[in-house]
Amino acid sequence: MVNPQIEGKTYPRTVSYLVGREKIREFAKAVFSTDPANLDLEAAKALGYSDLIAPPTFAVVIQERSLTTVLADKEAAIDFSRVVHGDQRFIQERPIVAGDELTSELKVASVKTLAGNYMVTFETQIFDQKDALVCTAISTLVVRGEA
Amino acid sequence: MSLTIGQELPPRQFKITRDSLVRYAGASGDFNPIHYRDEIAQSVGLPGVLAHGMLTMGLAVQTVVDFVGDSGKILDYQVRFTKPVLVDAKTGAVVSVSAKVIEIDEDSKTARIDLTAVCQELTVLGKAQVRVAI
Repeated sequence: MVNPQIEGKTYPRTVSYLVGREKIREFAKAVFSTDPANLDLEAAKALGYSDLIAPPTFAVVIQERSLTTVLADKEAAIDFSRVVHGDQRFIQERPIVAGDELTSELKVASVKTLAGNYMVTFETQIFDQKDALVCTAISTLVVRGEA
Repeated sequence: MSLTIGQELPPRQFKITRDSLVRYAGASGDFNPIHYRDEIAQSVGLPGVLAHGMLTMGLAVQTVVDFVGDSGKILDYQVRFTKPVLVDAKTGAVVSVSAKVIEIDEDSKTARIDLTAVCQELTVLGKAQVRVAI
């Protein structure tokens, strides 16, 4: 179900993702945000941002691009049909802003077994075009064991 | 912004419908069919279509964003997904979110606010903690 040997493995930097203003608005509406900093350019600028800022969980879109690579990795051998999202964390160095070109680098922080299930924790670091860290996304997937 | 330990923020209720799930799938790129097709959800042993955990995480924090008035003040946000949110095709689901100030750190100018998210009397997020700039 999961190859425990992948603990510590790192995956190559993803190709860059350009954060669009309309993508931020679309995501903001999908998570029921009414924050003007996500929706109204003038309001975002009045708060000192260069453009719209993304809602706090937007980094999941970038994290997903790295996770897709892991799920496709034959060495990791993760059975996606048995995967449940266990927990999630986003540590922001600064908000994501429209115009950012983001890349991510994923590391398998740990692989643990608990009551017949595997708990795989991924740490994804997200960088901007100046290679400054923007966000660290930490995600644990639970891979359910054979019943 | 003045916060005090133990202070409760105004609670919010979010009505999630199947439309909300389709909208979130498109916005996030998570097209797992268990979030829009009952027969597929049932084929993997679920009672029916579930909300994306990340949708619940994303909307719950809006309770804090509304209060602090700027998404950019959310410095650190974590949750554990404890129970699924089942979304009925006709009636949807309601997630009720309350938020309470737990810690205030005057040195780092941050506060920790914990969230409680409940759907049909079940707590759907555990260890839901938000660190905000104050």
